[in-house]
Amino acid sequence: MANNRGAAVKYDSVQKSYDGESLVVKNLNLDIPPGEFLTMLGPSGSGKTTCLMMLAGFEPATHGEIYLNDRPINNVQPHKRGIGMVFQNYALFPHMTVAENLAFPLQVRNVGKAEQAEKVQHALDMVELGAFGNRRPAQLSGGQQQRVAVARALVFDPELVLMDEPLGALDKQLREQMQYEIKHIHENLGVTVVYVTHDQTEALTMSDRVAVFNDGVIQQLSTPDDLYEDPQNSFVAQFIGENNKLNGKVVGVDGEECLVELDDGTQLKADKVNVSAIGDMTTLSLRPERVEFDTNDTMDNLVNGRIEELIYLGDHIRVRMNVAGNDEFIVKVRNRGEKRKLHVGETVQVGWAMNDCKALDAVA
Amino acid sequence: MSDTTQDGQVLTTQDGRPLKAALGRALFREKLRAFLLVAPLLIFILITFVAPIIDMLHRSVENSIVEETLPKTVVALQEWDSGSGDVPDEVVFAALYDDMVIAVDEKTHTRLGSRLNYEQSGISSLFRKTGRRIKRMDEGEPLKDQFLAADKKWGDVTTWQVLKQFSPSYTGGYFLNAFDAKLGPEGVELKPADERIYLFLFGRTLFLSTVITLSCLLLGYPIAFLLAALPLRTSNLLMILVLLPFWTSLLVRTSAWKVLLQQQGVINDFLVWINLISDSGRLVMINNQTGTIIAMTHILLPFMILPLYSVMKTISPTYVRAAKSLGANDWTAFWRVYFPQSVPGIGAGAVLVFILSIGYYITPELVGGTSGIFISNRIAYHISSSLNWGLAAALGTLLLVAVLVLFVVYDKIVGIDNVKLG
Repeated sequence: MANNRGAAVKYDSVQKSYDGESLVVKNLNLDIPPGEFLTMLGPSGSGKTTCLMMLAGFEPATHGEIYLNDRPINNVQPHKRGIGMVFQNYALFPHMTVAENLAFPLQVRNVGKAEQAEKVQHALDMVELGAFGNRRPAQLSGGQQQRVAVARALVFDPELVLMDEPLGALDKQLREQMQYEIKHIHENLGVTVVYVTHDQTEALTMSDRVAVFNDGVIQQLSTPDDLYEDPQNSFVAQFIGENNKLNGKVVGVDGEECLVELDDGTQLKADKVNVSAIGDMTTLSLRPERVEFDTNDTMDNLVNGRIEELIYLGDHIRVRMNVAGNDEFIVKVRNRGEKRKLHVGETVQVGWAMNDCKALDAVA
Repeated sequence: MSDTTQDGQVLTTQDGRPLKAALGRALFREKLRAFLLVAPLLIFILITFVAPIIDMLHRSVENSIVEETLPKTVVALQEWDSGSGDVPDEVVFAALYDDMVIAVDEKTHTRLGSRLNYEQSGISSLFRKTGRRIKRMDEGEPLKDQFLAADKKWGDVTTWQVLKQFSPSYTGGYFLNAFDAKLGPEGVELKPADERIYLFLFGRTLFLSTVITLSCLLLGYPIAFLLAALPLRTSNLLMILVLLPFWTSLLVRTSAWKVLLQQQGVINDFLVWINLISDSGRLVMINNQTGTIIAMTHILLPFMILPLYSVMKTISPTYVRAAKSLGANDWTAFWRVYFPQSVPGIGAGAVLVFILSIGYYITPELVGGTSGIFISNRIAYHISSSLNWGLAAALGTLLLVAVLVLFVVYDKIVGIDNVKLG
């Protein structure tokens, strides 16, 4: 971080229930170091937004304590927390101009007029909207509104910025562009950012670390590459990226390795991640791009499969195969021009390394 | 499509007809259908709303009765100088005799008498008396003396001044009356202070309507705010409570206020019972302005709540959250962010309540006593009791103009596009 001025956040055994019967957030412990870009990723109803709202102060925690820079903030009013926030639909005040919107957090802090104007202009320049101060939010495009919302959340120099699915309303191209812009702003300012999204690409692109939420629990908290390469359970493997599932039973364990027998009797070597002993049911997780058609005998796993369908996608070819009784087995082949000929109906051998195959908890 | 050109040439269809005409023909059926759909309502409104208003505007200035009843007299009076201070000469009386004979025959002289009586009291009886005597008059003798003998008011210059002043078929007299003014020798002047009533009543109507609008706003805003903030199921239940008064007869509700507010009524009894007031010091809350304000605020409250609610419902709660996250406390978040966005609802509600209350009749009539009645009660009086429809029409026209003026003023200050009903 260029100039690290972010705040540290700590969730300490936080629980949240709305109805007193079920927990939306189950015992959350999370440490966010200063200046980190942390993304809470998960499907809707996984508790990620609730966690964000508890941090912002709009929802009280049912149990546990949240610390901001080691200061407990459960009993601090939202407006006294000094946390910038970008909302899903921007929440720009429609009756104020862009400049007035940006000046709002400064006015309520009794910042002098001259300093206000200077900071507003600075923030507008930062998001490249310097000439738009006199427009109303309704006169801006979605992307411009989004930038104003980001500028407004940053104009009062908060140490922590929360973003609640801020790019959800934008089209794909604009979304990608804004991802980079937000990432760069974060890098330049060094504030701590807690970002909530259900879009895994967004999470992987922007974050230092990603917390994958499901069912009120953090399933895995790690860097984007770890998340993709080393999913700790089936949910994470399914949720992040594309994934082949092969169901089987553990028949042999050897240190970090294990031998898994599939339903049709095929035996595969896999990384022992989420299984403990012989006899455990397991689901093997395998990325489609790690499967090779150019097999050789040094590969840990070699299987025969029938090609069911070929889909030409330009940069790569998607091959749907029937492997070990699973006809949803996908292989991605890079389009290298040498025109390796694959034909539907053909039975070919595919292979992959043991490390690319993870033995995780069984899913139906 | 045909080849179209951008350089000012008329665009045509393939077979060379102008594109606009072709389009017009194509859309004609649709337009006709649309028109036929609204036609019943349009005709209904024309008959029951526009026509009466035009008739009212006409009645407020129409005055052909003098010319129709006394045609010859009106012509003869043109020679007479009303500023001379002398009673007209024999020629005018001869014309009056001819007119009166016909008028008595047709029994129209009494109507003219009552019409002119609005301008000058006593003329009604003058015409009745003369009408009875007219058959005994002798055409051969000087008619002026015979008329003076019949009633000496014919020798009074003001009688003739009034007759001449109201001989044209259109008059501003009703409007002057509605402004508490009259046409004196030196032009328009206000009536003597003890005869003025309408300006005062207009003032009171505007004042009470403003008070009622404000109290509706004060009571309605928090309710609407609550309704908009609650979950749908609860807010629907509360909404039914808000609308409940609509399902009860206006008369019943107003009478209920009589039961509650009168001096031997429920509220006074309760206050006496808890010793807040003494038995001799019972509060006067009905048959005065207080009664009108309380009862009308109650009746018009839903008209304030509904537009407020529908506007507030569209204000996303994230705005307030955003304001708080930016450092605004509860009050600042409300006042700087929520309130400005609810202004269109306030505008709509206020205009609705104000315009409804400015023309309200039943409630002030029942609970207003004398100090709590509106201009509309006076209009009703002139329509049903005094039968001075011209004055009633003039007062009604003024009320209409007042509303329109307020509407324009409102548009200038708040902007009419800032009014939202939902």
